[in-house]
Amino acid sequence: MTMRGKAHTFGDHIDTDQIIPAQMLVTIDPVELGKHCMANNDPEFAGKVQPGDIIVAGVNFGCGSSREHAQISIIGCGVSCVIAKGFARIFFRNSINLGLPVLECPEAVDAIEAGDELDVDLSTGTIRNLTRDLTFQAKPYEPFMMEIIEAGGLIEYTKRRLAVAKG
Amino acid sequence: MGMTIAEKILAAHSGRKEVSPGDLINVKVDLVMANDVTAPIAIEQFRKLGVKEVFDKERVVFVPSHFVPARDIATAEQFKVMRDFAKESGIVYYELGQGGIEHILLPWKGHVVPGDVYCGADSHTPTCGALGAFACGMGSTDIAVAMATGEVWMKVPATMRLIYHGKMGKWTRSKDLILNTIGRIGTDGATYMAMQFEGEALKSMSMDARFTMTNMVAEAGGKTGIIPVDEVTLDYVRPRAKHEWTVYEPDPDASYITTYEFDASAIEPTVALPFSPGNTKTISEIAQEDIKIDQVFIGSCTNARMEDLREAAEIMRGKKIAKWVRCIVIPATQDIFKEALKEGLIEVFTESGCQVSAATCGPCLGGHYGVLAEGERCVSTSNRNFPGRMGHSKAEVFLVNPPLAAAAAIAGRIVHPEEVAGKVSAS
Repeated sequence: MTMRGKAHTFGDHIDTDQIIPAQMLVTIDPVELGKHCMANNDPEFAGKVQPGDIIVAGVNFGCGSSREHAQISIIGCGVSCVIAKGFARIFFRNSINLGLPVLECPEAVDAIEAGDELDVDLSTGTIRNLTRDLTFQAKPYEPFMMEIIEAGGLIEYTKRRLAVAKG
Repeated sequence: MGMTIAEKILAAHSGRKEVSPGDLINVKVDLVMANDVTAPIAIEQFRKLGVKEVFDKERVVFVPSHFVPARDIATAEQFKVMRDFAKESGIVYYELGQGGIEHILLPWKGHVVPGDVYCGADSHTPTCGALGAFACGMGSTDIAVAMATGEVWMKVPATMRLIYHGKMGKWTRSKDLILNTIGRIGTDGATYMAMQFEGEALKSMSMDARFTMTNMVAEAGGKTGIIPVDEVTLDYVRPRAKHEWTVYEPDPDASYITTYEFDASAIEPTVALPFSPGNTKTISEIAQEDIKIDQVFIGSCTNARMEDLREAAEIMRGKKIAKWVRCIVIPATQDIFKEALKEGLIEVFTESGCQVSAATCGPCLGGHYGVLAEGERCVSTSNRNFPGRMGHSKAEVFLVNPPLAAAAAIAGRIVHPEEVAGKVSAS
């Protein structure tokens, strides 16, 4: 699974109130939520994003609330994956469960400027900065999490598990 | 090898003798919760699983809290989805007027007891860890799977030990201990960890005060926060427990990833400045800055229990709130509202010029009922002050304990409560 797009850079501790304001938590429609992605940080963001673009951020990305509207809005506005120096626990878990690729790689984040063209291979965790001709290796997923990702998220994974249990 | 409380609870719920940090395990859950923000997604995901019934109707609870009463048609539709599912499936549902904010309501009603694993689709779920339970916030998708199977996958967290020596000073509250802790370890200082709170200062706290500590585990990135069970815990649990409890003590040779020690007697009332709960200063540092305010909010899952309301009322009794300042007081549950009414606290607040509402999360997340305009400043007893948290992204939120919030409402600026305590303002 590979993704390619332009980098949109953000700082440390981007919380879920910045990703999707609470006022918007009245729908679960990806298109509607996508229009307000990052509204409390950069109100222009949702208008600028092109399909496939990549969010690049610092430490503790997604801290705060457990709202999955955050992932739905990121996916809904066309972002293909998030690369950060680190993720908040619930945000990371929700991303795996919902099929939003998230990669932890501090070195890559330090070497990416806004607008850089990036290429990400999820199966190997390789991040390539095409603009600067640099390659980085993201922290690998636990094999168990890779199974969830490959199944397409926790729901599909659980359906298969339940089917096996039933025989 | 000895285990911490978190490890013992997880071992018991995964059918193992022993677990260690990093182990991936399937955990049986004792209680599953979703609120009006997270239930609609959980219901949709639950339906995709193709399962007909929840694993145990008595162990799945929905609590409308964030946007109650319905703010507009869109939120009314969300409540309808939630209510319809509850009717069909027979799960526990707390309607407005009978419920309140889940993190205060569920322990009060006895749904969570010591030794439980409790998973809730809300980041402040760790609040219930004050009862010696493993309470963990998750997203709607995890909760949907837990509703269906009664299980969740977990990575066993390492435990951080926090010991608070000594006794708190006259105006210091549990809120100040946890704000000071977040200021010290950082808002990602406990990411993926269980925080085990101990020490003399904890032992002398009421349950009301203890819940405030574990409530803000989320603001330090923690997976759960646990306070060892003692007589205070059991006195709270005995009259209300809906199921059997188990008390787990940490082994003397348990291993901790790190240990922090605090001198509680040296911790001053603390203020978290915009825009992070970790951006803390002491009240002595802040009071000199003459920070004028527009709104005060006394409420939320952090500080809206009886003890909080009593302390705020004590400061406000016989005084009027400052001109051009508005103060909103929201008891966390209907039961607390009724108790506050009986004790005369509601009268104290209304006579001071506060607006008092029935239970809702309301202004804490900027959903409704007291949203802030651009550039406005709010002093709040809640737990988050991120950009846009309570309204406009350029509104500023200062997090404090209840006496400080009440004092700010009277003075119209952030002051030491000593400055207004005892004084009577001219009406």
